[in-house]
Amino acid sequence: MSFLPYAVAAWLFVVGLYGIVTSRHLVHLAVCLTVVQSSTYLILLSTGYVRHGSAPIYADIPPVSTAVDPVVQALTLTDIVVESTITALLLALAVQAMKRFGSVDPSFLRQLRG
Amino acid sequence: MSPRGRLLLFLPSAAALLFLLIDGLHQLPGFGHYPGPYGYVLNGVGVSQRHATNLVTAVNFDYRAFDTLGEEFILFTATTAVVLILRHMRGEREQPGAADTRRENASEALRGLALAFVAALIVLGGYVVVHGALTPGGGFQGGVVLAAGAFVVFLAGEVVAMKRVAPEKLLELGDAAGAAGFVLIGIGGLIFADVFLQNFLDLGKPGSLNSGGTIVLVSIAIGIEVAGAFLLVWTEFLDQAVLVRSGGDEGE
Repeated sequence: MSFLPYAVAAWLFVVGLYGIVTSRHLVHLAVCLTVVQSSTYLILLSTGYVRHGSAPIYADIPPVSTAVDPVVQALTLTDIVVESTITALLLALAVQAMKRFGSVDPSFLRQLRG
Repeated sequence: MSPRGRLLLFLPSAAALLFLLIDGLHQLPGFGHYPGPYGYVLNGVGVSQRHATNLVTAVNFDYRAFDTLGEEFILFTATTAVVLILRHMRGEREQPGAADTRRENASEALRGLALAFVAALIVLGGYVVVHGALTPGGGFQGGVVLAAGAFVVFLAGEVVAMKRVAPEKLLELGDAAGAAGFVLIGIGGLIFADVFLQNFLDLGKPGSLNSGGTIVLVSIAIGIEVAGAFLLVWTEFLDQAVLVRSGGDEGE
């Protein structure tokens, strides 16, 4: 069972890629990218997990208690912020693609011109 | 390439990728067997060194503050890029009265409920921002809650009122001032402690609101920036909804 979180992360990554490859809608494509990125949260948090550890917040637990790694949790926060900015950018580009091509199907983007 | 051909190419490569991923991840220490040492070291010394009880925030806004500075500028740059991409093109104008039609679509119940949430969300957002060093939360999380506080005004169907609560000029100012505030706190470290982003303030008593030195200041700066940036992006997307294009002219 100790491998299960990693297996879920690998599965999320590949399923998200499947969504991106078969996507017929730019908004759907942006959402699929967030699925790919959520696999990285799972890997980061899984590597830092300590069995029976509590959250690394010493507000109401004894200072000597075992807690999980705060570094990977901070990295996950960074990851989430980056993901939200990327999603915003992709959605803005989708709006402009709709204006320019009149379609949000990625296969229409082959008519891309300068 | 046809969608079918693309899928035929993807499936075997995805299977190979999945195999490689699983094989690679198998080499990691098992779930729950964290090898350390950084997490254990930080959990041991974090509270006594920085007087902050939330070590995730202490890592983000103090130990790894330089990385967070980069992260903050990713947010700043991306917001600028969204504003740039969604600028008004030639041949676009705002639909007259579009904002008013939305106002009529919202029911009274929705409007009342949403407006009741405004004050509660803003108080909660401020609480989460300033308590970042103590309990779960911090500038990023609290900033998003603050932004949501202004956004429910839109959900109540009041586009015009949202613009009044959060005018674009104010949002741009918040976005920029938050980013600059973080840098200034870093320069403060350079001046008073000889190291950029060094925690140079009195650390206070662990568990009290003014503990953690610069951590709470950085948290507030980031909270302002995140709230401004998110609202600015949302405002830009909302503006797109009330745009109409006059026929013929294709922008650039």
